[in-house]
Amino acid sequence: MNRAQLVRRVVKPAAFVTLLLPAVILARDLAAGNLSVNPIEDITHRTGRWGLILLLATLAVTPVRRITGWSVLIRFRRMVGLFAFFYLLLHFSTYVVLDQFFSLRGIADDVVNRPYITVGFASLVLLVPLALTSTKGMVKRLGGRRWANLHRLIYVAAGGGIVHFVWLVKADYRDPTIYGIVLVLLLASRLKLPRWRSVPS
Amino acid sequence: MLIKKQNDISSSEITDEVSYHGRREFIETVAGAAAYAAVGPLVPWFQRRQADELTSYEAITSYNNFYEFGTGKDDPARNAGSLRTRPWTVTVEGEVHKPGVLDIDDIIKRYPAEERVYRLRCVEAWSMVIPWLGFPLANLLKAVEPTSKARFVEFTTLHDPTQMPGQKRNVLPWPYVEGLRLDEAMHPLTILSVGLYGKMLPNQNGAPIRLVVPWKYGFKSIKSIVRIRLVESQPVTAWNSVAPREYGFYSNVNPEVNHPRWSQRKERRIGKLFKQDTLMFNGYGDQVAQLYSGMDLKRYF
Repeated sequence: MNRAQLVRRVVKPAAFVTLLLPAVILARDLAAGNLSVNPIEDITHRTGRWGLILLLATLAVTPVRRITGWSVLIRFRRMVGLFAFFYLLLHFSTYVVLDQFFSLRGIADDVVNRPYITVGFASLVLLVPLALTSTKGMVKRLGGRRWANLHRLIYVAAGGGIVHFVWLVKADYRDPTIYGIVLVLLLASRLKLPRWRSVPS
Repeated sequence: MLIKKQNDISSSEITDEVSYHGRREFIETVAGAAAYAAVGPLVPWFQRRQADELTSYEAITSYNNFYEFGTGKDDPARNAGSLRTRPWTVTVEGEVHKPGVLDIDDIIKRYPAEERVYRLRCVEAWSMVIPWLGFPLANLLKAVEPTSKARFVEFTTLHDPTQMPGQKRNVLPWPYVEGLRLDEAMHPLTILSVGLYGKMLPNQNGAPIRLVVPWKYGFKSIKSIVRIRLVESQPVTAWNSVAPREYGFYSNVNPEVNHPRWSQRKERRIGKLFKQDTLMFNGYGDQVAQLYSGMDLKRYF
């Protein structure tokens, strides 16, 4: 097996299984009764947290690749991004089905009147076109530049995810602050390097 | 005073209601299935209020907000072992004729505990039904003889980061302080609790002595009390000082006044799948509404 085959046949499936693990563990905890006495809250929090972590991981691919020179990482970015979307869809479905039980009035009331839900919902909506255009065919059809521009929406969605987290916390801001700092660093790493660095000495 | 009438839900009443609702539920299921074809109209039916059944001991003692031991719901059960509840004293001071330092065992001997089954509604929109053991706070307050200047009661939790590791982080201003108007404190529903389910209060539930005010959001029911001070002016309380727009001094359960960030119309009863409507004054309006007659409860939330 050459390197490309190794990545395709071994590393990628392994990554897929790894990224599915949080969902498997959650399902196991739910089935085994290992969640708290408010399981709906647990499911909501866990899926939301994994969605945010994987959004940040998606954004980390480019800077980490640049620092380490491991260009192979780019081949995992789509998978990580789609898993982020998967966990956030689970997060939203938990809210719609288990928390609100399809109460359209309750959901509409929340989306309009609860800023943290408004922002969280909007951020998820922003991710929908990114998931839909994640295929190779769509990249070709849009053209690399337009595709890349469209996919910058992930910056907005990740920012929205952090705001959603900050606004729902009662007093303990430690976790949303940590995620927020990570996002700021990841975005800062994308700023163009100052010109003087490229001037030959 | 109607001291004997305060037990809002007696255990026997609960059993009766359950079987009553069981029958009614069956009839409603049959009738309802015929009446409702779509899912939409079923929502309020699923979310209507259920009979009050006791929340399990396991749930009451494993799912707690007690930031002195961490901000996760499972932190108090895990970390509260470091709290030493003996020896323990409660200082009663301020506008009283007979101030003093009361030993917890003397308090327990002097004020025999009775069982009070109360609904507990957390400001986070979940609720429980808890069989407390306790005695009316009024009994203790009368014994120390409040002066004519006393208008409010201020309660303080122990402040000791070695026993309460959550106090090492400034999540809230420590020590935790809560307060009531004197008439609220003297109300027969207001109790000091020393146990639940017939046992001593577990540490994570506020051992060795805590306040229970069933018509207010849970955070008003301060835990692990070391000081009770009667005062002239409204005390500065913990959550109210952190976010005055979100947590009022009164914090009476009120489905009409939403938390600025989430709805207070419904609550999830721990152990039940569907949410149910939240009741004004947590269902204790008959007994406490007169305390607030003429008050704008949207302003004084």
